[in-house]
Amino acid sequence: MRKRLTPYLFLTGPLALYFIWVIYPIFRTFIVSFTRWDGMTKEKFVGLDNFVLLFNDRYFILSLINNFKWMIGFVILSIPLGLLFAMLMDQKYPGHKVYKSLIYLPMALSFVVIGQIWSWILEPTGGIVNSFLRYIGLGTLAKPWLSDPKIVTYSLIWAALWRQIPYAMVLFLAGLQSVNKEHVEAAIVDGANAFQRFWYVILPELRPALVIAVTVNIIDSLRAFDIVFVMTRGGPFYSSSVMANYMYIQAFHNYRMGYGAAIAVVQFLITLGFILVYVLNVLKREERL
Amino acid sequence: MKRKWKAVAFYALCTLIAIIWMVPFMVAIFTSFKTMDEIFMLRNFWSPPKTWTFENFKIAWREGRMGRYFFNTAIVTSVSVAGTLFLSSLSAYALAWYEFKFRTAILMVFVAGMLIPFQMLLIPVYRFSVVTGLYDTLIGVILFHVAFQLGFCTFFLRNFMVTIPSSLFDAAKMDGAGDFMIYSKIVMPLVKPAVAALGILEFTWIWNDYLWSLILLQSDAKKTVTIGLTTLQGQWISSWNIIAAGALLAATVPVVVFLIFQRYFIQGLTLGSIKG
Repeated sequence: MRKRLTPYLFLTGPLALYFIWVIYPIFRTFIVSFTRWDGMTKEKFVGLDNFVLLFNDRYFILSLINNFKWMIGFVILSIPLGLLFAMLMDQKYPGHKVYKSLIYLPMALSFVVIGQIWSWILEPTGGIVNSFLRYIGLGTLAKPWLSDPKIVTYSLIWAALWRQIPYAMVLFLAGLQSVNKEHVEAAIVDGANAFQRFWYVILPELRPALVIAVTVNIIDSLRAFDIVFVMTRGGPFYSSSVMANYMYIQAFHNYRMGYGAAIAVVQFLITLGFILVYVLNVLKREERL
Repeated sequence: MKRKWKAVAFYALCTLIAIIWMVPFMVAIFTSFKTMDEIFMLRNFWSPPKTWTFENFKIAWREGRMGRYFFNTAIVTSVSVAGTLFLSSLSAYALAWYEFKFRTAILMVFVAGMLIPFQMLLIPVYRFSVVTGLYDTLIGVILFHVAFQLGFCTFFLRNFMVTIPSSLFDAAKMDGAGDFMIYSKIVMPLVKPAVAALGILEFTWIWNDYLWSLILLQSDAKKTVTIGLTTLQGQWISSWNIIAAGALLAATVPVVVFLIFQRYFIQGLTLGSIKG
């Protein structure tokens, strides 16, 4: 009898905390999303009203579209660049570790710090981007990067990539460890050039790392919050808002908890597919080990 | 000959990338050492200061109360990391070593929870802290961090524990070691490297947390560095030099920790490859 209970004894503490702060809240948010609630008075059940409202809310649609911009930006930029950096840094020339450390460094920073640093870089008058453009005679391209509704989201994505690209690089460097060196050497013997070696030998073997890197980037793009909040608060006029931001504003500034919960649920449902892809891949990778 | 050119290309490209990656840091460092006069006169963030001043750091630390925020973050981070590592090692041990009915189900619960977008937790966690009186207390933030990180840490440590050969475990049992003894004297010493990697990752994540401090804390005396920084921003609007000094102060600890334990950080990130 004692034997059977032992694992549960070890699990009691962790599971109790986990249930209170993680599992129960997930279910609770689903319930709240079907109510109208200011967070203080009694919740009023309203069925699917919040969700109907959401899809007629142009600011929510705007946030949703921005999330997709983040997703595309993350995938088409941090994946190829992360891979390129990883291929480059995988060459074991003396000093490659120093280069890696320098590029990894933004990963140690909080998004608050990253957001502030990029606010100075993108500052319209004295910021380095506009100053540089004027310096090389392309002053006409200088822009108010964070206050022009048309470009602000791209500016934020750019700032986030400073950290996201090194992260993709980490994943690819790990993937490169498992590329069979003999295959690469065999390709060299067969006279394959660098591009052919990469395309026909290395890339197929990097497939698992690629799938993980893409899903991680997509999941990250869908939960972007801090950097938007710090740099623009989603403005001007919601033009750089993302779902997580809009959810926060609705729930905690406008006291529309039910509406906020509905946004979280939509965000969760969109992420769910990618989460499943990720979990299946991690499990597969583990079995192989 | 060909090799030589390849080396040249390697160093040229890497140097270029490294410079581009370092530019934002340089901008922050330059800005933090400038006087307000210089910033307003020249308005160029990219040039080194004409006169270097330490004043901004002093102001950020004292008047900006960064010292206070630092202290709070240090407490939250150290207690949360210790708590998470301890509790997750318990659950990982149970899930790795015992055959019991709900083993797979419990593991799945931990794995699933770690992937949920945190917006799904905001409202209930906030309400829960208000109702229980944990709102605006450091312990409230700590308890949340510990619980929230349990999924990832349990999953991470379990993966290491299952690789320990079961013969070791059986031998200990033969010698009459109890369950807790096996956990503390055999399993834990063997997974020390994994615990180190995990500890560093968790340290940077919790130190850099912004959202949860924003949701769970209110009074100035309880604020953490990330929140303190945004307060600084509001208080010293367009005094970029002081904000930059504050940002650098806030970044010091995680950057130093990262540089010293980089190997573990990267290891943890690759092995756990789930969040950044």
